[in-house]
Amino acid sequence: MSDAMLVAQGLSLSRGVRQLFVGLNLSVMPGSATILRGPNGVGKTSLLRVLAGLTVPDEGNIAIGGEVTTALSLMARQTVLYIGHANALKDELTTDENLSTQLALDGQSVRPEVRLDALRSVGLWDRRNVQGRRLSQGQKRRIGLARLWVNIGRQGKRVWLLDEPTNALDQAGASLFMDIIDAHLASGGAAVIATHLPLELSGASVDFNMAVPE
Amino acid sequence: MTSATSAGRAVLVPERGFFIALVRDVRLAMRSRGELAQALAFFVIVVSLFPLAIGPESVILKRIAPGVVWVCALLAVMLTLPRLFQSDYADGTLEQLLLSPYPLALLCAGKMMAHWLTTGLPLALVAPLLGLQFGLDAAELGVMVASLLLGTPVLTMLGAIGAALVLGVRGGAILMALLVLPLYIPVLIFGAGAIEASLAGTDVAANLSLLAAILLFGFVGAPFAVASAVKISLD
Repeated sequence: MSDAMLVAQGLSLSRGVRQLFVGLNLSVMPGSATILRGPNGVGKTSLLRVLAGLTVPDEGNIAIGGEVTTALSLMARQTVLYIGHANALKDELTTDENLSTQLALDGQSVRPEVRLDALRSVGLWDRRNVQGRRLSQGQKRRIGLARLWVNIGRQGKRVWLLDEPTNALDQAGASLFMDIIDAHLASGGAAVIATHLPLELSGASVDFNMAVPE
Repeated sequence: MTSATSAGRAVLVPERGFFIALVRDVRLAMRSRGELAQALAFFVIVVSLFPLAIGPESVILKRIAPGVVWVCALLAVMLTLPRLFQSDYADGTLEQLLLSPYPLALLCAGKMMAHWLTTGLPLALVAPLLGLQFGLDAAELGVMVASLLLGTPVLTMLGAIGAALVLGVRGGAILMALLVLPLYIPVLIFGAGAIEASLAGTDVAANLSLLAAILLFGFVGAPFAVASAVKISLD
């Protein structure tokens, strides 16, 4: 357990009168993906937000690299990459500019060629100079894939928290996503993924079933 | 970043966060110039209504010029405040700012700087043309510009705190106005006061110095206040 990248201990969270989870424990090991399963409304998104530090849990704590940290500590922000339902894209910026902003905020300063390579790999090469407003939902989601692609194997954000990453993606996009996750895991990264799709990962993956507490 | 020693790890320079946010927001503003022009047009038109309504009597016009220009500048800036965080909040960018390894306060400072460059600065630059309608002379126009250059960044900074606090609140625009306008009063008093002093032929240094003092105070405090407000709103 000691080499876990991220350990959540005794997390409890309620929203209004509803208790989403109580005493939840989760460890994220390098090279392994944790797949969050469960029906809609069970708290998968809330759990990911807690792990990311965006929501402070009622109880429990999160340790990164063996040390308990507070929400949004520098350590957490350097380790965790979160992609939620929202794509964080601007209608006014081009595909390349959007990707460049996201990578800059991730703390990745990469050469333009790397960025363009990433766009080519996710099938957005011919859309690179198109403004965000002209992209389809699936293409917007693919910019997120390009962001992940660049982050593979690099120093920095090694724990990915992904909320329904395959939403709006076509079959090819979904398999591209799985390739990216596999490469990330192979490079020693880790991921927590909330999804309803059966993921075919060649790396280690554990299902984490969430249920409504009584 | 923790260290530069491990192979291939570039040191993360926190100050870069300021420029990343600044460049991004200026670029965004430049892409939607229509929105920029709106605030400026609002300022120009409303200020110009006063000479038309009151008539060409220069004594009265000169008397009201400082107040009119400053109140209009204040309202024009306030109209643009929702732009600061609203769309970033809606499309998830704000979460990414929070999770960036760069300090949130510096990212917010970059956003505020971009906001001032695209609203406060144009207002200050166009103000002399409007001042002419009120019969102000060159020296008085100079003081007007100086007061706006010192005061509008404070309007941006105080406004950003309000804008961040009302994120996700229904009817936030009105609430923000109620929150921010009282805070604008000192800036209004010293800003208009500087121009009035110039009209009266007395020393303008006192008012301008006080504006500059507020500005410096804002530089130090506002980024942290805005960062806290953003965190509160997103939790």
